[in-house]
Amino acid sequence: MPEFHTAFGSLEKFEKGHVEIIDDDVKHYVFSNVFEIASKAPPYEKTAVAKNLEYVIEAIRAEGTSGWMAASHDEFVVVMDGEVAVELVKLDLPEAVAPPGKDGTVAVKGEPGGKRMGRITLRRGHQALLPAGAAYRYVAARPSVMIQQTIAGELTRERWGEICLKPQ
Amino acid sequence: MAQQPHMKTKTKSAQELRSEVASLLPQRVAGYKVFTLGELLLQRDEYFVHITWPVKDGHHSHTISADGFLRALMRDVAWGFFYGIVNFDHVFGTRNLYGKVEFFCGRYNDAYHENGLSYVEVFESPVAMKRIKEILADWVNEGFDPFAAPVETGSAFGEKNGSNEKAIDRYRVPTRRMPGIPGDSPLRSDATGHPVNRAFADVGQDDPRIEAEPGFEGELHAFSLFKYLSRSDVTWNPSVTSVCKASLFCPTTEEYILPIIHGNDRVEWFVQLSDEINWEIRDRETGRPRARVVMKPGDVAAMPADIRHQGFARKRSMLLVWENATPDLPKRYERGELKPWPVDF
Repeated sequence: MPEFHTAFGSLEKFEKGHVEIIDDDVKHYVFSNVFEIASKAPPYEKTAVAKNLEYVIEAIRAEGTSGWMAASHDEFVVVMDGEVAVELVKLDLPEAVAPPGKDGTVAVKGEPGGKRMGRITLRRGHQALLPAGAAYRYVAARPSVMIQQTIAGELTRERWGEICLKPQ
Repeated sequence: MAQQPHMKTKTKSAQELRSEVASLLPQRVAGYKVFTLGELLLQRDEYFVHITWPVKDGHHSHTISADGFLRALMRDVAWGFFYGIVNFDHVFGTRNLYGKVEFFCGRYNDAYHENGLSYVEVFESPVAMKRIKEILADWVNEGFDPFAAPVETGSAFGEKNGSNEKAIDRYRVPTRRMPGIPGDSPLRSDATGHPVNRAFADVGQDDPRIEAEPGFEGELHAFSLFKYLSRSDVTWNPSVTSVCKASLFCPTTEEYILPIIHGNDRVEWFVQLSDEINWEIRDRETGRPRARVVMKPGDVAAMPADIRHQGFARKRSMLLVWENATPDLPKRYERGELKPWPVDF
């Protein structure tokens, strides 16, 4: 039986693909690489790498401890490289932190009010639910990379011109 | 100027003519049943599927390799005609009208359409689904799995030789929130009949560590997406793994060639999770080449709403397909309310 090697990317080793244009504009493909973005981003900046109307996927460099965050809807995170712990708190007053109808991740001021739910430790390829009604923060001992499925919000940064392939 | 596709016209004489023609057709070829779907005639033999459709002054026909046809038909069945257009090749395919479905010949091929040789027929989706399931059941031989990579399955070819009902009875796994949450779709394991695929033997099988505080047991949810994908027994078959309102993560494992050429009716996004896929991008309406996209681990690319795409993966790879299931999206693109590309910069 042949031996296969599954290639994953990492902060230390990634190779970006490309677009060969025949009759189109390369900008229509909004092509970027999450490891490249995370290699240059400050910790926990939420850079949109994909957008479909109000919905986004964000690339995030995890390093150290993030601030507390929450959302009025479920969010999901997938670790692409490294190890990240997610600490969760069940909010006593979730609507005061992330009101219904307010989309996207919001920053929680100070310590979240509520009971500690626990901690999830994620490594490469692991996915966690960031449930509505809970506050969460990330802790990473070394630089790691995550993607987050959410809705564009006040913490989302859109800088497509910096991250995407452009016409030569 | 583009011609209007020839549309089925239901008249008594046409129906009579069809009955007359049908009575003259063979019931079976090489052991395989001959099928009709509206005005379409579909036959398979040892190697090929032949499709015949009416045009103004008679009929036109088209031939597709049987293995490719069955792999494409399998996706239409499993995906409920999917989003937008499922091109089986450059001539034949289906377009999901969500409740109804259009079967077409040459409609999205410049030469056929411009010369008035294209054909479109619309069916109620359940009616068409029933018929294509019958076709699949009869035309898939024992030992051939239309969902499997070519090196992992037997041959589609030859005279009729049994059937493979188990292989063709698989559908997209519905997930309400995330696999593994009680009451939601199951995780994959040896026990569920999902061993690690040969091409992912080196993928870690460790799970997230969950440390719940007392009283919150069962409220923290995480799983290994890469482990889940390494145990997929099918290729080119997205399954939902997270739901954020209408935003659906639909990862899938890809090997060899996407058996359909997917024509978008909305913007899709791809995130390459492992290995490499090359995409051929063509214009959705005409089939003219527009670009080639080479995706490596960590790459993110949009598939605009006005293209068709087909992927090629030398090694089985993990691809995150990201869909927006907002119900009225196709109409909004058709009306020009939304640009076919997702962002301007």
